[in-house]
Amino acid sequence: MTYETIATISQVTSLLLFIAMFATVLAYALWPRNGPRFEAAQRRALDLGRGPDGDTGGSGQ
Amino acid sequence: MAAPGVEERAAFADAMALLGALIGAGIGLALLLGSRDSGMAFHGLLFMLAGLLAAAFILQRSFDGNEPPEASNDYMDGPIRVATIAAVIWGIAGFIVGDVIAWQLAFPALNLDLPWTSFGRLRPLHTSAVIFAFGGNVLIATSLYVVQRTCHARLPGRWAPWFVVWGYQLFIAIAGTGYLLGITQSKEYAEPEWYADLWLTIVWVVYLLVFLGTLAKRKEPHIYVANWFFLAFIVTIAMLHLVNNATIPVSLTNPKSYIVYSGVQDAMTQWWYGHNAVGFFLTAGFLGIMYYFIPKRVERPVYSYRLSIVHFWTLIFLYIWAGPHHLHYTALPDWAQTLGMTFSIMLWMPSWGGMINGLMTLSGAWDKLRTDPVVRLLVVSVAFYGMSTFEGPVMSIKSVNSLSHYTDWTIGHVHSGALGWVAMVSFGAIYCLVPWLWGRRGLYSMRLVEWHFWTATIGILLYITAMWVSGITQGLMWRAYDKLGFLQYSFIETVEAMKPYYMIRAVGGLLFLIGALIMAYNVWRTVRGDEPVDAADQPRIAAAPELRLAPAE
Repeated sequence: MTYETIATISQVTSLLLFIAMFATVLAYALWPRNGPRFEAAQRRALDLGRGPDGDTGGSGQ
Repeated sequence: MAAPGVEERAAFADAMALLGALIGAGIGLALLLGSRDSGMAFHGLLFMLAGLLAAAFILQRSFDGNEPPEASNDYMDGPIRVATIAAVIWGIAGFIVGDVIAWQLAFPALNLDLPWTSFGRLRPLHTSAVIFAFGGNVLIATSLYVVQRTCHARLPGRWAPWFVVWGYQLFIAIAGTGYLLGITQSKEYAEPEWYADLWLTIVWVVYLLVFLGTLAKRKEPHIYVANWFFLAFIVTIAMLHLVNNATIPVSLTNPKSYIVYSGVQDAMTQWWYGHNAVGFFLTAGFLGIMYYFIPKRVERPVYSYRLSIVHFWTLIFLYIWAGPHHLHYTALPDWAQTLGMTFSIMLWMPSWGGMINGLMTLSGAWDKLRTDPVVRLLVVSVAFYGMSTFEGPVMSIKSVNSLSHYTDWTIGHVHSGALGWVAMVSFGAIYCLVPWLWGRRGLYSMRLVEWHFWTATIGILLYITAMWVSGITQGLMWRAYDKLGFLQYSFIETVEAMKPYYMIRAVGGLLFLIGALIMAYNVWRTVRGDEPVDAADQPRIAAAPELRLAPAE
């Protein structure tokens, strides 16, 4: 097997791999059911929209 | 009352921590007595003193019983406070050294003809101080703060977070004093010698475990996106550090070591490391800051959470390949150079996607740019992020690089990213964190934040515009030929042409340093507990969570 053959195979394989990974990421991010879940999760993580009572900021130790 | 099992576990943790500290002090003593190199013996002394101080700290905390046991539901903020203060102190040290070497370039007599104050030793001191000491402490402080708040979980371990923070300060002290004493492995941004590297490895692994432990204890099912960026930063830096510092020491009592790679492999490994220090330390980590502190400060969610996910995965998959653009027109194979360039250009997409996401988080709240200078620091930092991540890919194009490489344009580019993006977003985060961590009603003075913002911004603009002119002038003079085909300028003529720009740059750096001193004063007054002088001008979010008023709506 020549250097050129190995180079071509690795380049084409990695190109396809990158496209597949990108497609997976897009599918996960844009999946319709995930949208509301993400919004709810980030509001909880940032303690938004719950007022000071729901704000578990805490005073630390 | 804590359950008996908890107290026993705490006592065991104290005993183990004490043992570790004493072993550390013992290793320090062995180096002090065993090394014939005075610099390494000095580091042995530092290590021994640090171990003894740690042992005293553990004993005192263990016996006065103030330390809440591990099962406590409160957040663990003590180590975060230390890292925040350390960031301010190291930041000022790094900016001072940076400005000193800027003046040295304009007036070489300022080298003082002493080895310890020569440009060659101070320059790595400056880069390491600002990147690893200032930036690293900001990242440790913010990541440990954010992971607790977004997971609603306390950091694990009784001593581990303290070890991370103080162990990191010890690494900085060993690395920095080593440079001044001439101990260096001469790899850019990876100058510390093998024993400092080993110490950092231990600290970093504990940091990773503390971070992962908090994620594992989380009460929220979803891991918030800022934590992904922080985790990518911690994991990738561990990998880069191990691979790029694979050296063999001359002996266990000799500071000198030799890298296992040779020639172009060494160069490629070094710039794979070097560029990913930019990509994962100075970008991914600070994007974690952006994704928490901007939405938190303006009290609205990230513009598009979906975009933040795409931003994360594309950024980390592309950045890791961009390193070869540092080695254009060298012995590196041509295809590898082109690969580095191509991935750098592709990075435009995630960089700008992330920038737009950060900026648009303000949509509907743009007035805060006018009313809250902390928001302005955060937002202007994102604008600089956009600008420098536009400039970087342009400079990675081979034909542009043939003009820009080895010139001051590179220095200007680095500083538009480092001062404009990294430092400004750090200042914004520090101004948020200090009242939150110390339980204050707000910052001591918002007017002083305004002053800091403007001195720093004007300083950055002077710096980067001077370096653009200087760099392009240099590049054009180096490639100018006369009609007979000889080089038109001697090298020293190009140096002479730089002088006015070096002076402008040094003035810009001085303004930036003055801004940081204003911040240190403001932070000190806030920590001391002085009441805010302009409380009415501060948003409700400026106060610590327990002191915040209900939202106006």
